[in-house]
Order: sequence, then C-alpha cells, then structure tokens
Amino acid sequence: MRLDPIELGSFWMPKQSSTIAEEIDTAYYIVYWLDVVMFVLLMGALAYFMYKYKRRGPKDKLSDVTHSTTLEISWTIIPSILVIALFFVGLKGWMKAMVAPGNALEIRTTAEMYMWTFTYPNGNVSVNELVVPKGQPVKLIMSSKDVLHSFFVPEFRVKQDVVPGTYTTVWFEATENRDTILFCTEYCGVGHSDMMAKVLVLDKPEYDQWQETGLKPGEKPLPPAELGKKLYATRSCNTCHSLDGSRIQGPTFKGVFGRTEQIADGSSIKVDENYIRESLLEPNKKVVQGYPAVMPTYKGLLKETDIDAIIAYLKTVQ
Amino acid sequence: MANTATVDELGHSPEVQGKNYLNQTAGVWSWLTTVDHKRIGIMYLVTVLVGFGLGGIFALLVRLELLTAKKTIMDATQYNQAFTLHGAAMVFLFIIPSIPASLGNFFLPLMIGAKDVAFPKLNLLSLYLFWIGAVFMLAAIVTGGVDTGWTFYVPYASGVSTTSVISATFGVFVMGFSSILTGLNFIVTLHKLRAPGMSWYRMPLFLWSLYATSIIQVLATPVLGITLLLLIFERAFHIGIFDPTLGGDPVLFQHFFWFYSHPAVYIMILPGMGVATEILTTHSKRRVFGYKAIAFSSVAIALVSFLVWGHHMFVSGQSELSSAIFSFLTFFVAIPSGVKMFNWLGTLWGGSIKFTVPMLYGIAFLFLFGIGGLTGLFLGTLSVDLHLHDTYFVVAHFHYVMMGSTAIAFFGGLHHWWPKMTGKMYDEKLARVGFALTFIGFNWTFFTQFILGTRGMPRRYYNYLDQFQPLHAFSTYGSWVLGTGFLITFICLARSLKSGAPAPANPWDSTTLEWQTQSPPITENFEKAPIVTLDAYERPAEETA
Repeated sequence: MRLDPIELGSFWMPKQSSTIAEEIDTAYYIVYWLDVVMFVLLMGALAYFMYKYKRRGPKDKLSDVTHSTTLEISWTIIPSILVIALFFVGLKGWMKAMVAPGNALEIRTTAEMYMWTFTYPNGNVSVNELVVPKGQPVKLIMSSKDVLHSFFVPEFRVKQDVVPGTYTTVWFEATENRDTILFCTEYCGVGHSDMMAKVLVLDKPEYDQWQETGLKPGEKPLPPAELGKKLYATRSCNTCHSLDGSRIQGPTFKGVFGRTEQIADGSSIKVDENYIRESLLEPNKKVVQGYPAVMPTYKGLLKETDIDAIIAYLKTVQ
Repeated sequence: MANTATVDELGHSPEVQGKNYLNQTAGVWSWLTTVDHKRIGIMYLVTVLVGFGLGGIFALLVRLELLTAKKTIMDATQYNQAFTLHGAAMVFLFIIPSIPASLGNFFLPLMIGAKDVAFPKLNLLSLYLFWIGAVFMLAAIVTGGVDTGWTFYVPYASGVSTTSVISATFGVFVMGFSSILTGLNFIVTLHKLRAPGMSWYRMPLFLWSLYATSIIQVLATPVLGITLLLLIFERAFHIGIFDPTLGGDPVLFQHFFWFYSHPAVYIMILPGMGVATEILTTHSKRRVFGYKAIAFSSVAIALVSFLVWGHHMFVSGQSELSSAIFSFLTFFVAIPSGVKMFNWLGTLWGGSIKFTVPMLYGIAFLFLFGIGGLTGLFLGTLSVDLHLHDTYFVVAHFHYVMMGSTAIAFFGGLHHWWPKMTGKMYDEKLARVGFALTFIGFNWTFFTQFILGTRGMPRRYYNYLDQFQPLHAFSTYGSWVLGTGFLITFICLARSLKSGAPAPANPWDSTTLEWQTQSPPITENFEKAPIVTLDAYERPAEETA
C-alpha cells in the first residue's frame, strides 16, 4: 500500500514526526479543549434562553436588569487570566522552536520560483528532495533568490518564511524513518502549488552512506554513464547545455566529446577527458567562443567518481 | 412605544403625507446629485451588493476549481487571478464599506434625530471616490487581472507579477479616501448633531460601534494609502523600497500593510457587532444588558487593534521578541470581544424572544462569531501558529469572522431595516429558507476547512495532494448550498420591492428613533426635531408597568 505523503496521527493532526511536534500538539489541544468548553457553555446558555424566553405573547414579563457589576468584573478577569496562560503555553513551545541546538547539522537551503535546493556540509546538493538523518537536530539556513517563499513540513510542525536578501533559519529533529512532504506556504506565483519537495528521513549510517555515495538504502551503484546522466539532470547541467544540438546558455552536449572547439582567445582545443574535467573545475579558463563566461565552478561539489561519470556520459551523447 | 415628546403622535401634517425620500424628486440626475444621506446610503447599498455578487462569483469559481486535485475548469494563472479578485472584491468592494457606508449612512442621522450627516456634500464626494476606485479595480480585471493575492505582498507584486497591479492598487488607494471621508463625517455628526436630550449614553449601541470604526478609518487608512503609493512607485519607477534587489526590505511592506489591514479587520467586524446588538435587543424586547460595557468594549477593540498587526507575521522573519510581544497583545483583543459575547447573552436572558428573520441572523451571528473568535486563540498561540499559519485553518477562521459574523450581521441588518428603507415588508417564509440555506451552507463549506488546515493543507494552492481531495470536494458542495441561500435571499428582497406589503412605521416594536418616523422616512427624516427623554432601549413607564 502506498502511504499518503502526510500520514495522519489523529483526526485533526498529522503524525508527529519531529521532536517539537508533541509540544505543539499539546498546546493545540489545550486551546482546543478550552474552546470546546467555552463554546458549549456559551451556546448552551444561548439555546436555553432561546427555549426559556421564547415570546409567548405581548404580556411576557421582561427583565429590567441592565447590568451587574459582579458579572461584568468576573467575565473580564477570568478570561484575562485564561488568555495570559495561553500566551505562556504558546511562548514555551515557540522558544524551543526558535533556538536550534548547538550540534545541529546545518543545511543551506535556497528557494526560488519554483524549486528547493539543499546544499549539505560536504558540498552535496539535492534539488526538491531534503535528506536528513534521524535523531539529529537539523538547522536550515534559508534564503530566496526571487520572491517570498515559506518552508512548511506538516509532520514536523515547523514553518518559516524564506525571504530574499536575508537569511532565515528553521530547525527540527526527525523521529520517524519515512518519506513525507514539504510545502511552500507563501504564495509565490503560478507554480506555487507545485513547489513541494520530498523529505527523506534516513538512519544515521544510511544518511552518511547517501552523503558519501549518493546511494539511498536499497539502491545499487549506477554504471558511470548512467550516474553521469543522472548528474546531468540533478546538478542542473541541463539548464544550459542541450542534448539535441540547440543553443541554450552554453554549447550543446550533442557530439561534444571529440569535437574541436574554438576558444575565446582564438586558439582551438579538442574536447577530451582533461578539457571536460578542467571545464567543470575551472569553467571560465577556456570558454568556447561566442558563449558568455557564466558557468559556476563545481570544485568541491563533485566527487572524483562524479567527474568520471559525467565524462563517461558525455561520450555517449552523440 | 415612542421615546420622545414630539414624535409621540406619529401622524404627519397633510403637506408631507404620502411624501418620502424616494418619491420627493425623480430621475437619475436627482439621485446622482443628491446630498440626502438616505439616498447616498441606498446607492452605497446597491454598489456593495454588486461587489458582493462579483466576489461571490469568484468564490464559487475558486471552490469549483478545487473540486478535484488537479485542473477542474481553469488553469493555474486563472485560478490565481480568481482567488485574488475574490479577496480584493470582498474586502474592498464589499466588507469594508458594507455596513458603515450603506446602513450606517442611512441610519446614523436617523438614530440621533438629525436631518442629515454633518457634511452632506462630502458624503456624496466619498461615494463618487468609491465609484472611481471601483472603476480602477474593474479596469484591472478587464486589462489583465491581478494575481498577487489581495495582500499585494512584495517583491512578487512590485517586481515579478505581470498583471495589472498598478490599476488595482490605485483603485484601492482612491477607495481609501472614500473610507476616510465617511469616517470623518460620522465622527463630526455624532459629536455635533445629536438631538436635544440624546447624550452619548443614550445613543443606540450601533452608533458606538460606528464611532469606533470611524476612528480606525481616519487613523489607519492613510497608512494603507502611503504603502500602496510606495508599491506603485517601486513597480513603475523602480525606486527601491521593498524589493531587496533594489535595496529594499520585503518585511517592511508587511509591517506597513498589516498596520492598516489588521485594524481594518475591526473596521469590518465592529459595525457587524453593532448591528447584532440592535437586532438582539429589538427582537427580544429586552433592554441591552451592560450598555456601557458594550460601548466601551467597541472603543477598546479599536485601540487594541492598532497594537497587534505583527501577529500576521510570526513566521515572516520579524524578530522573535516582536512575535512574542505581538502574541501577548493579541490575546487582549479576546477580552472586549468576550465581554460583548457575554453581554449579548445577558440581553437575551429574561427577554421575550421572537424568532423573526432578523433575529435568526442575530442568533446565527452569536454562533458563528463564537467559532470565529474562539478559533482565533489557536492562531494567537505562538507555537500552534507555527503549524497553522498560511493553512486552510486561517482561511476557515477569517471566513467565520468576516463572512460568518460581518456578512451575516449585514444581511441581518438588511432584513431588520429593510421595511424602514424601502417601505415594504418581505416574504418571511422565503427569507427563512434563504437564511437556513445560507447558515447550513456556510458551516458546511468552512468548518470543513478547519480540518483541512490542521491536517496541513496550505492556502492559495491550485494543485493539491490527492489525500485532501474528499474534504475539498465536501467543502465545494457546501459552497453550492451557500450560493443557493444567497440567491434565494436576493430573490426574496427583489420580490419585496415589487410586491411587498406596505411597512408600518415600527414593525418590530423598537424603541430607537429611526422607527419613530414613517417608513420610508421623509427627506428631512423627522417633521419636527425630536427631543429625547429616555435611554435608547428604555420603554415609557406606562408600557412596562
């Protein structure tokens, strides 16, 4: 059976999949039961009066009591005490949610119309998929490239707007090994409702393995050319280099291996393993003539095996 | 029945018999150039009802689109425009002007025994400004729509959206002046034109709520005007104020915007509370319990409303300390709101309750405002708001307050004062059917959305997860019942205009002044200026003996 992206923990709330969730749900149910009791009392009185004081005729006796100081004072003071108590209930969970533990794993998070990019401490990048270790606090350092976005994982009960021009942070510690979903909850344009990402919670050893090899539990290592094909898509090579000969930002990959390119300084070079490697690590050293020198370096972002895989893949693109 | 010496003998002199403000002069021009507050009130009423119809059609389209998890009838761009226009039309064309500008304009002078508002020509100017603003908003719809949400958050609204943001925001800017002028007019009228004997504490409580509303309109609306002007400058001339790529700060916009728009929530709800008070006391024949408490709680809400705007921004990136302070202050809005609720119930206690159509709306108001108010406590609680912010829970909450309370009070007031305004009674049975469908359809549509919200469904989503589909579909079915209810109400009122029985001067046996003149009133309101000798809801001694 396929599970829903958000699993329900009760009638009202999703499953509690982070350490903060229980505290927030407790606060929720305190307000909930206070509201239920208040509502039943108020509506009970209303229903009783509607029955008791229904007009029977023009001679109905009317009460002429127009105020009661005792009542007025008590229904001012008692609710005041109750709402101040609620404030502290909310403040307690809020303070916990605002301050990340010192040992938190920091993941740099970038939001843009309409995708999420996560950069891990060792330089690994994942797009629209947040992978976190179970049982370890994770702190996201977030910024937006364009408009306002907001990070929301219902099962974790965390939410924080992502703002251009400034960093905002959010932290959580996942407690369940399962896939769930994160939403963008600040309206950001036509693709807003598709700006979701998968949240994958792995045990620490599996998380470490994923960081090292890019392999999730149950996945086998890919042959180099296939790994390269995957990297071509996940590392956004495809936004600038086409496979079909068309020109985007950079030269097409169609038949790139073995091709002789004219370099900006007038010399020419044959595309081989070393040129590809150099272009990944120092992309603006030998830019093909007629193209802007805008490619970012992948130094530190690709492992040796990744570079080998990309070379292997490019050999197959003919 | 009457509470003044002069209007005891309601019979007017032969010169004015058969005359009223509707038939005094005839022709479109006589309406467009009138300075009679009653005619201006009627023109406002027609305008806001058109606004309500427009917003309602967009609402039904939004709900219909959400019937299925992917595309149902429109694409994402159209959907984003539909929910923006639903919000903008309902907020700016309907709710803000609804009660004050239509019912308030019509009844404020009547209830204090005055001939008109203090500045009748200014009153007409504010109507024209409102129309001009509305034309700019309609122009925005025709020339490319608006897709920013009614909140116009930057930098999306200032730099990214390609729709007619400038036209729409300029329309709202102009309508703001209409709102300011109406507020100013009401404040001066209440200070200067009360009939002899009508002290502040003898005013009907509806007027206290309008007074509090007017203060907010005069003080807060200019800030919205400034904010929208800055937004227009940034969009048109790339002057960096809010957009970080131009050196601005997007969170600043939210502070400016909510500094108006939170008090504006009370511009929307306070008059509704005032209408509810009039309905509950009149149709239970019971003097209001805790007059001063209700009066001062209106003023207290107006004051506190200026100090809580940051509760819209708990997760916006404002400082944690700001959020904590705003949460603390926000809870204090609950106190005067609670005081009102208790006093309304106190008013029903020991009364003689007749379940007239207005009274049904009044009781529905207590039920729906109870839910709307109590669910606000979830959102004010900091940690709980982390989960609920920007989900359907918020959507459900503010619809219970804006529509379940204000719009229901507005329609209650419309049924309450309809005989006075039009001189016609309406078909009670049909009006009850309209009410029942509205009440059931409303709860069906919006209570469902509380559940969607707590389960994590975000707002303003065109596509959504399949697991939310059953609840979304259920909510959409409710919207059809709700729409039918309003349709029947409109048919009922339209039929009353055509063939309703003539209304007596005081069909509900009310004590307030507007009922002590004929239905519909003469242009001058009262033939002789009334002299007030009793409190607003006090009956003469021989009647209560």
